[in-house]
Amino acid sequence: MINKIKELKITWGSAIRVIVGSVVAVYLIWRVVIITFGSGEFGPDTWVRFLITGLVIGGIYALIAIGYTLVYGILFMINFAHGEVMMLGTFAGYFVLEALSAMPAPGTDANINFLNAQPVLSILLTFLAGAGVSALAGYLLEKIAYRPLRKAPRLIPLISAIGASIFLQNAAQLLFGPQRRQYINPDLLWRGQGWMIPVSGKSVMLTYTGGFSFVLSILLMIGLFILVRKTKLGKSMRAVAENKQAAALMGIDVDSVISKTFIISGILAGSAGVMWGIHNGLFNHYVGFLPGIKAFTAAVMGGIGNIPGAMIGGMLLGLMESLGPALLGLDFQLKDVIAFAILIFVLIIRPSGILGEALTEEKV
Amino acid sequence: MLNINSLNVSYGAIHALKGISISLNEGEIVALIGANGAGKSTTLNAISGILHPDSGEINFDGRSIAQSKPGEIVKQGIIQVPEGRKIFSRMSVYENLEMGGYSLSNKNQLRENMAQVFEIFPRLKERQKQLGGTLSGGEQQMLSMGRGLMAEPRLLLLDEPSMGLAPMLVEQIFTTIAKINNEGVSILLVEQNAQMALALSNRAYVMETGKIVLSGPSETLMENQMVKEAYLGG
Repeated sequence: MINKIKELKITWGSAIRVIVGSVVAVYLIWRVVIITFGSGEFGPDTWVRFLITGLVIGGIYALIAIGYTLVYGILFMINFAHGEVMMLGTFAGYFVLEALSAMPAPGTDANINFLNAQPVLSILLTFLAGAGVSALAGYLLEKIAYRPLRKAPRLIPLISAIGASIFLQNAAQLLFGPQRRQYINPDLLWRGQGWMIPVSGKSVMLTYTGGFSFVLSILLMIGLFILVRKTKLGKSMRAVAENKQAAALMGIDVDSVISKTFIISGILAGSAGVMWGIHNGLFNHYVGFLPGIKAFTAAVMGGIGNIPGAMIGGMLLGLMESLGPALLGLDFQLKDVIAFAILIFVLIIRPSGILGEALTEEKV
Repeated sequence: MLNINSLNVSYGAIHALKGISISLNEGEIVALIGANGAGKSTTLNAISGILHPDSGEINFDGRSIAQSKPGEIVKQGIIQVPEGRKIFSRMSVYENLEMGGYSLSNKNQLRENMAQVFEIFPRLKERQKQLGGTLSGGEQQMLSMGRGLMAEPRLLLLDEPSMGLAPMLVEQIFTTIAKINNEGVSILLVEQNAQMALALSNRAYVMETGKIVLSGPSETLMENQMVKEAYLGG
């Protein structure tokens, strides 16, 4: 009897998935056909612009999404405070840039500040500060909010994560004030300037900040991939993710690997936070909330726990967000709605994500 | 070499080991037999530092290791090959062996040990690039043992090495265990296959619900009426 009910449930679930999936697919195809062959309200230049926007933001989402996936892979928990880790990185980068812009450059006249005299060094320092602060935040977060709950039921660290997120947001507001601040970029990376790309008679701008963010996010992802594949630390992370007890029996210090995972996630989130600041300019203590939750969506879409999945998921989400409103004929302000609609659809249609494997009993 | 004295271990409210005492001399193969849930794996996990005892002593070479971390115990030369193999299925055979040698700081040593493991298990050499999860059960057991050997054990704790293997493979695994022991590695063997375990070991302990109920030279135990009835099928 029980078995029969189970079978029924499975067929129901898959039927719903097939129906919802095909309805969405048919609608999307129909829209694409209409837009490409129909009205022509968007020219090729507009599409290229959407594409660029999508790739830049997608890179940032991907970096944050990797943090969710790394932590999930090892602890099977969603680190909902990860967006706040990114926010702290954005603040750290901001303060470094502000300090450098107020500092006179050594050996030149007083009119040029350090920021513009040494733009490359300044940017490097900014990223080091952002990544460093976020890494520290991630490390402490795990130590204070998650480690004491390691043996608790899985819902409990999740609640702790949400609590930590609210705490960090409010702490940042108390410390830095609620007003919006603006990143001071060096002239070399001034916002709103960029390369002009000719597209069918018109020109589309690829901003310096956008190009820079995209390239840097790709480089960081390659770096992470090499770290996880080739280094001893990366291999021990994979071993711990697969089986903590077996890893401990090899002499791997599981707690230290978990700490390092949070540090690496923090470095990526902090870099993403600085990129966000440099590219978008304005931010306040809420800056981590939306990117955090969207990167979570991206990680789920790619298959939570799967690193290439998080990268692909982040890029795809960025693209869907920028191309989606046009494709679906919606208002552009609905891009956030699209992102979360995707989360819901993925959870209904393919809960394991694009590259995710079916969750085994052991992991649930 | 290894001395366990009135060891008590519990999981929460469950009192899993009730004052057991086991000793093992250098170069010996000692078997620990008993039914499911008797506390055999718990004993090994307490030695490996995965579980910490409530009371009692675990001494290795005269030093207490009862409160040591798993990593420190590995460095002292006690390596466990866990029950159910627990290989890293999404890592290659090569990477699994690398993880086995995690505690080695010297890369040359790692390479030498790997060459030795490949000598004992030539099959692993052929499959070194394959993912651990794609190996057959027997090959996974070889990998699990090879991984244990990578860390240069002085005492190898083997937990159910014959579990789920075809009789021919069981034979092969036990021959390999004897070979490893000949190289000077002491072995504490946990087995449900009492017949094979008693045939291979010098001495044995019989466990029942967290206690040692019998112990002695393996040949003597093989003739014991109670052991015969309970573990050797009459």
